[in-house]
Amino acid sequence: MADADRKDTQEQAEFRAYCRDWLTNNKPGQPPVRIPLGALELSDPAALQWLQVWQKSAFDAGLVGCDYPVEAGGGGRNNCQTIANQEMQRAKTPFFPNIIGLGMAAPTVLFHAQEDTKNALLPRLFSGEDIWCQGFSEPGAGSDLANQQTFAEKRGDSWVINGHKVWTSLAHFANWMILLCRTDKADKYNGLSYFVVPIQTAIGKGVTVRPLIKLTGETGFNEVIFEDLVVEDKYRLDAVGAGWKVAMTTLSHERGAGQLVTPSAGGMTQDNTKGANTSSPSALIELAKTSYRNGKTAADDPLLRDEIIKIMIRQEAFRQNQRRALVPALIDHPMRIPLQNKLIGTEFNQDLAEIAYDIQGAASSLYLNDENAPGGGEWQLAYMNSFGVTIAAGANEVQRNILGERVLGMPKSK
Amino acid sequence: MIEQPKNFGFGEDETMLRDSAKKFFSDHCSADKLHRQVAGNPDIHRNIECIWDKGLWQQITELGWTAACVPEAAGGIGMPLVAALALAEEAGRAAFPSPLISTFNTTFVLRECNSAAANDVLAEIAGGKPMSLAITNQQGSWEPTDTDVSIDKGQLNGTAWFVQDARKAEGLVVSARSAAGVGLYYVAADAAGVAIAADGIIDLTRDQAHISFTGVTAVEVAAPGAGDVALAYALPAIQAVIAADMVGAGEWLLQTTVEYANTRVQFDRPLGFFQAVKHPLVNVMLDIDRAKSLAYSAACAIDSDPERQEWANTVKLAHMAKANASDMAVFASSRAVQFHGGIGFTWECYVHLFFKRQMHNQMLFGDARYHRAILADMLIGQAA
Ligand SMILES: Cc1cc2nc3c(=O)[nH]c(=O)nc-3n(C[C@H](O)[C@H](O)[C@H](O)COP(=O)(O)OP(=O)(O)OC[C@H]3O[C@@H](n4cnc5c(N)ncnc54)[C@H](O)[C@@H]3O)c2cc1C
Repeated sequence: MADADRKDTQEQAEFRAYCRDWLTNNKPGQPPVRIPLGALELSDPAALQWLQVWQKSAFDAGLVGCDYPVEAGGGGRNNCQTIANQEMQRAKTPFFPNIIGLGMAAPTVLFHAQEDTKNALLPRLFSGEDIWCQGFSEPGAGSDLANQQTFAEKRGDSWVINGHKVWTSLAHFANWMILLCRTDKADKYNGLSYFVVPIQTAIGKGVTVRPLIKLTGETGFNEVIFEDLVVEDKYRLDAVGAGWKVAMTTLSHERGAGQLVTPSAGGMTQDNTKGANTSSPSALIELAKTSYRNGKTAADDPLLRDEIIKIMIRQEAFRQNQRRALVPALIDHPMRIPLQNKLIGTEFNQDLAEIAYDIQGAASSLYLNDENAPGGGEWQLAYMNSFGVTIAAGANEVQRNILGERVLGMPKSK
Repeated sequence: MIEQPKNFGFGEDETMLRDSAKKFFSDHCSADKLHRQVAGNPDIHRNIECIWDKGLWQQITELGWTAACVPEAAGGIGMPLVAALALAEEAGRAAFPSPLISTFNTTFVLRECNSAAANDVLAEIAGGKPMSLAITNQQGSWEPTDTDVSIDKGQLNGTAWFVQDARKAEGLVVSARSAAGVGLYYVAADAAGVAIAADGIIDLTRDQAHISFTGVTAVEVAAPGAGDVALAYALPAIQAVIAADMVGAGEWLLQTTVEYANTRVQFDRPLGFFQAVKHPLVNVMLDIDRAKSLAYSAACAIDSDPERQEWANTVKLAHMAKANASDMAVFASSRAVQFHGGIGFTWECYVHLFFKRQMHNQMLFGDARYHRAILADMLIGQAA
């Protein structure tokens, strides 16, 4: 076996040591406020601000954007973001708040924006000083994304935008938006164009952001209305009419199947709240050992034991899938595992939280506003929030279409 | 934490071996040929037969398949377990009727015996002699300490049940109990006092038997008290290699059904257009991938940890692999029959060969619930 199969490259090994060292000394302590499970659930400005400070410190240390070119604020390294991500997970850091910026906007901007725009925008995106949002979905364009009605009209050197975006996560905090819209009504796919739009500075001047309340009771996403918003042409990505192609770059990265690895941190658990860590089966086992049914603990119930083990097998398989995805000799189709990740990850979290519901029995009726709720009611919240991600980013039914069509070669369902 | 190779230890040599196996099966073992070979007689009350091609066995032993995982010290090639998994996966994809898996399993047990006698038998395996394990009692227990065979003064008496590929094997490793515990014993399949009674089984690509031993003189390969330990150490490898066979068979079922769904037209569309067909087939794929990743990770854990420092983790991965593979096997075969429609329900359609192999596989060395119950005790703790 060649050494390369087993070990980090020299660059990776040195960088790993550097990350580990830096994290030992610079990992943030406990937050002063409740941090939600993920960035899409951010609604408290104080939580955002605390996470922004963390993202900036990680960026300044070179742990964010490692594989991006230096001119664009990146580290200019080779395959090192994976290393930084692994080390940040290992150190159990907080997550990064600019999730849409890092995961979707950054690669799209890198591959499709004009040079000056790229170099102006990416450093502040990586540092988290600018928060980004994604303006794709509309009332009539959900799964059928290409059915865009928001219209950009060329007037002189600029574009004038009118339309209505929905489900726009983080728009209530965002400075920038990646925007897909129509520039030609005659052609469904080739009539689309793609822009980056400074929305925060335009609020009240052509942009209205209205929060939408989720079924959990939290805010998190919004509707965004454009009324004659003027956008400079330098903020157009790629050619007029090439919007669909650009959107594919965004979507492939959103699904974890893109060319660049998304900077991602996480793993922190909070000591200063009674909230459970709702993404781990070991927390589920703890819950089972302290929940009761028929006089015994739920951990003694043979049917629940089987459910817990089933979900643990899925977790381990997911982990081993990620490992196998990098071994070409052991995969039949290069996209077969990457395109499964969104589907498998979101259904895992949903089913995990659903088992937690079952485990709690009568106490599963209690929510965050009840002091007797097991795990602070976080499992119930996690279960409800889990539907956000089985729907968002290409609903899982659509993901199954994609896998059936692109990987198995079955006819398009449309 | 022991550092495991990122590529599961599946390097160039293993890839070459696997690719040669792919070529071998595509040259010699089409489903069409297999059907003509093993499915000649659909009669439910047919005589129990043992059909296989000894010529092909000869060829694969010359290709080094049986020697692959025999240690070099015992005359083998000493490849990692992942190599055996790759061969098992290809054999499963061809539903290959042969004692390959049984011979692998025997190899894994003998590797844990650490005796000169065991090494002698391993050398014979490396030379191409097919072998099997006679280690299961009439209740079908997979526990290493359970056996209906006893040993006294060097002679075996009793019956071993559910012996795989019994009539193809030339040698048997038998677990037997004496006052001092369970030991392992080698006997030639044609030794005096060995009576092989074939079982009537569903799987057309295998044979199975119960074997009675009456005063059979045997060679001790693991002493009383050491036999069940050797079996326990070999079980994760056995579970992983069977899971790999199931992954290969599952992939055949998937690809064959996808092909059918892409060509059969109803309501003016290929069946695969309809999501009631498409989505379950995607789910089959997800299940196969899980089983495959778990099987290779279990094998790699075994290969990477000869001192068994992280044995509990290895055992866990192997139970997970077999549990997942068993559920996958049932699901992949059920969807394959269902989505072939009426033709899928016939003897003429090749799907049933794989369906039956998977149904046999899913129980072999423990079905999904069996493994999950063990995992629950390991990971949650014993139930009150
Ligand atoms: C929490 C959350 C955050 C979001 N954040 C953003 C964001 O930041 N920016 C953004 O642009 N959008 C965002 N979205 C929107 C998201 O992308 C859409 O909700 C999603 O694409 C589905 O579109 P829809 O809601 O219109 O549902 P529909 O497309 O109407 O789908 C309804 C149901 O029908 C199914 N369905 C639709 N088409 C098919 C088909 N061809 N085959 C089978 N089943 C089908 C779907 O799977 C779904 O179950 C977010 C959504 C959520 C829930």
